[in-house]
Amino acid sequence: MSTAERLMSSLTARRGERVLAWLAVGAVGVSAVLSLVASPPDAEQGGLIRLMYVHVPAAWVAYLAFAVVFVASVAYLRTRKTRWDRVAAASAEVGVLFTALTIVLGSIWAKPVWGTWWTWDPRLTTTAILLVIYVGYLAVRRLPDNPARRARWAAVVGIVGFVDVPIVHLSVRWWRSLHQAPARLIGVPDVSGSMGVALGVGFIAFTLVYLYFMALRLRVGRLEERVVAEALSPRIGQPAEALMEEPARG
Amino acid sequence: MSALGQALAIAKKDLRIEVRGRHVAGTILPFAGTLLIAFGLSLGPGRSLLRQTAPGLLWLAVLFASVLAFRQAYQAEGEDGAFESLILAPIDKASVFLGKAAAVVVELLALEAVVVGLVVVLFDLPVGHAPVVLAGAFVLGTIGLAVVGSLFGALAEMPRTREAIFPLLVLPLCTPVLVAGVKATELATTGPAGQAGSWLGLLLAFDVVVTGVGSLLFVYLVED
Repeated sequence: MSTAERLMSSLTARRGERVLAWLAVGAVGVSAVLSLVASPPDAEQGGLIRLMYVHVPAAWVAYLAFAVVFVASVAYLRTRKTRWDRVAAASAEVGVLFTALTIVLGSIWAKPVWGTWWTWDPRLTTTAILLVIYVGYLAVRRLPDNPARRARWAAVVGIVGFVDVPIVHLSVRWWRSLHQAPARLIGVPDVSGSMGVALGVGFIAFTLVYLYFMALRLRVGRLEERVVAEALSPRIGQPAEALMEEPARG
Repeated sequence: MSALGQALAIAKKDLRIEVRGRHVAGTILPFAGTLLIAFGLSLGPGRSLLRQTAPGLLWLAVLFASVLAFRQAYQAEGEDGAFESLILAPIDKASVFLGKAAAVVVELLALEAVVVGLVVVLFDLPVGHAPVVLAGAFVLGTIGLAVVGSLFGALAEMPRTREAIFPLLVLPLCTPVLVAGVKATELATTGPAGQAGSWLGLLLAFDVVVTGVGSLLFVYLVED
């Protein structure tokens, strides 16, 4: 745990944050050039295939973010260190953002290719339920005024939600297989060569964006904790630093 | 007293409250009936459409009724600081969780028996084909609903929580129960009942997973 914690604090220091920002901007730029210019249009879908280079990486980040929420929630309940709660909170917010982005980008892609904004495809349906589960998680985070209680409740929801997702997906997949497909579903396009490179760079770019958002959100979380500590310190008669787990930088 | 005995004692206590207060029988059951009539009105009087949608409507009514049943199960604890006493009692916290779930399973099964009867009358659903499969779907599905409800009902009853948070958490998490329950009911009434096995298996798997995870995590919800 301590190695992970050290890595986390160096990435979320101000300098680490700036480095991450430039890396993310650079990678997104390279990804845009590769996916819009350098990669060929698809034989079947033409230029529409370019949506894949943002849609699939966005979905990857969404699942990555929720896996991080799960790990951080377990870590919080085991160690009771506030930083793990902040990681879970930050990752859930970024995850909800990217899940919504995945659904919107997928709809934009589905309309011309499948002829409909939405089909009850297992992956689509699971993603929609995933979004609702983690919107519920964020709603739980807004409930109690006691930070320790909020952290515990959120951790429980973060764990149960993540464990539930595979069962949801399985149930929706079986449910779907017993129906007739409403639209002709085009399978996963054959991704190779320059398309594979573009997709790979897209994954890297989106992951860097995720890390940058996390760094920003974690700093905001530390500052929030400092505001609370500074407001409390004159009343308790203890210096603000003593009320915080780690003194906030910057 | 063993953990199982503690859970049974809590379940018995909750059932005694229900027998004396008749909240499920007096309020939630009529609500489920109202829902079914509203579903019938919204889908029109066409018999074949009603029959086709009956399993889904039946489970929706059960799902909404279970949300209310859990509000009640924990609201009763909210009075006179009863919940604090329950948590401070020297018993396993998982027993509280399982006991409350067990009591609601019994209440919901009684409610479902009446609701199924209503659906037979109102929507003309044939339930005689495979009663064992149908009963299995309801027992397994109800256990899943009750366990998820028992876990988050504790959270919804704490001070300063908002009413809507409970259904917002429970309904999406219970998607597998809704899907598998509806499918198993469909197969047990109008389809080949022999194919319902995998859906019952899914319900069982859901029950095992959420009971295990819930027993481990409940203690963190009620720690203070």
